[in-house]
Amino acid sequence: MSGPTGGKSGENSTISLPGHQAQLGVQAPLRLDSGAELSNFTVAYQTYGQLNADKSNAILVCHALTGDQFIAESHPMTGKPGWWEIMVGPGKPLDTDRYFIICVNIIGGCMGTIGPKEINPANGKPWALDFPVITVGDMVRAQTLLLDQLEIEQLFCVVGGSMGGMQVLEWAAKYPERVFSAVPIATTAKHSAQNIAFHEVGRQAIMADPDWCDGQYLSFGKVPSRGLSIARMAAHITYLSDMALLRKFGRRLQDRDSVSYGFDADFQVESYLRHQGSTFVDRFDANSYLYITRAMDYFDLVSEYNGVLANAFKDTKTRFCVFSFTSDWLYPTEESRLIVRALNAVAANVSFVEIDSDAGHDAFLVDEPEFEKLLAGFLEGAAEHRGLPRVVKQ
Amino acid sequence: MTPSEQKAIRIDLQIIADMIEPDTRLLDVGCGNGDLLDYLVHFKQVDGRGIEISTEGVRSCVNAGLSVIQGDADTDLETYPDQAFDYVVLSQTLQTVTAPRVVLENMLRIGRRAIVSFPNFAYWRLRLYLALTGRMPVSKSLPYQWHNTPNIHLCTIKDFLATCDELGFVVERSVALNKEGHVRRIRSSPFLSNLLGVQAVFMLKK
Repeated sequence: MSGPTGGKSGENSTISLPGHQAQLGVQAPLRLDSGAELSNFTVAYQTYGQLNADKSNAILVCHALTGDQFIAESHPMTGKPGWWEIMVGPGKPLDTDRYFIICVNIIGGCMGTIGPKEINPANGKPWALDFPVITVGDMVRAQTLLLDQLEIEQLFCVVGGSMGGMQVLEWAAKYPERVFSAVPIATTAKHSAQNIAFHEVGRQAIMADPDWCDGQYLSFGKVPSRGLSIARMAAHITYLSDMALLRKFGRRLQDRDSVSYGFDADFQVESYLRHQGSTFVDRFDANSYLYITRAMDYFDLVSEYNGVLANAFKDTKTRFCVFSFTSDWLYPTEESRLIVRALNAVAANVSFVEIDSDAGHDAFLVDEPEFEKLLAGFLEGAAEHRGLPRVVKQ
Repeated sequence: MTPSEQKAIRIDLQIIADMIEPDTRLLDVGCGNGDLLDYLVHFKQVDGRGIEISTEGVRSCVNAGLSVIQGDADTDLETYPDQAFDYVVLSQTLQTVTAPRVVLENMLRIGRRAIVSFPNFAYWRLRLYLALTGRMPVSKSLPYQWHNTPNIHLCTIKDFLATCDELGFVVERSVALNKEGHVRRIRSSPFLSNLLGVQAVFMLKK
């Protein structure tokens, strides 16, 4: 279970990545919620489709905890399809013949953007735990700097699921004039105690791995593979549903006819989780996992607006479409309803659909034709209001 | 250009649509598959929103680019602020809600005007049906059996006028539609309207 992240220093691992890079915080540093500052830092992003002449057709896709900027192409490290190829491409709901799709690897991430595995210019070593703690607000603030650089004043749409949805809400709350439409999917306005609890299990698994080396594993040429893969296994369960596990695996045995009376992966579900864990460490940095889960735990738009979420969206002109999934118990429909009620309370322009699916939280990533159709329908309506032509005009 | 531009809407919806001033803000409570909203958005440039309880209804609305949330008149109206809309419409839905008076009050809290349409239970054929067969009336506008009907609060035009009175609502416009869809002004002949009207449309304000 050795990962390519292991022996490499941050810089080497980013050079070969496809896509674009931007240097941000050059003129003035990015001030983080913690009070720390980031200056002259790299943000990696990928784009699909063409930006039109008046720069009005840009859609920002915000990725989730373990996602990255490679939405609609083979992943450069795993070779697997892009995480939202179902949604993004010619003729798909996020139609690249019509829209200009941008996806930015979040700060704190590990796919080319500044994060704990990148080199700290102060000492030439990976940042590790010297990297400042970041928030969802910081992620979005960094994205605004990128859009400034790309001279995109207003996004046609900001869309994202899970942590991506938190970024969508943050965008809509803090930069309403820059967001024509917003699609928060399978998300929440505040991380619940249960959400924080699951994340804490993951973090403790990583930190309990001796190879974590108090966060300095990259300097020692090690990778806390066991800890990170256990974190991934635990988290992965929360992304599925009882029904999805039953449908996929039931109690079926893995490569055997009877139980082994031992602790091998007797059951298919065990084997599946182990595989999820071991492949994850090949593409994800353990410290990034700590930082990003922390950022999600800190996310609480409700208390930020004095306990009244509606205040976050006062006078908003953004068109919203909120999606939830029936079997999502990580960010259940009730969380989406709270968002919708807050938007109603300011008479915002909002649609809301709960999609019937047994795929759990991950439903937004898998093939759900109903969801795809509805997202396409919403974007179509919004595009009509925005006056976007069907095909990009240069 | 949307497919709806050629499509005719139901007669009672057309009557409601004709009451709406262009360029206004409107909330359609129980908007079904969005026929009225779609019409108003495209022909009267209305800033329209909807609430619909059925998943199929919400789907077809969102697919058509309409702003509709999956929700319930009884629980979700509470969340809207005072006087946020010019009109709040409740078409053929009043009889299905749990607390009609609360819904009506909420409508006139949220909107400057409320437009309500409902089947008139005092329509003579229904009266006759009950009188002659001794069974709960089943008709084109009330197609359900007593045990599977969503219509839990049926009323007559006379009942509704009395309720408006109790709530202190001003009836600005009121029409009854007969079987052929012809319109009769309720104010000019309340008795006949209550007898001959299959359904009624009211525009209310406080």
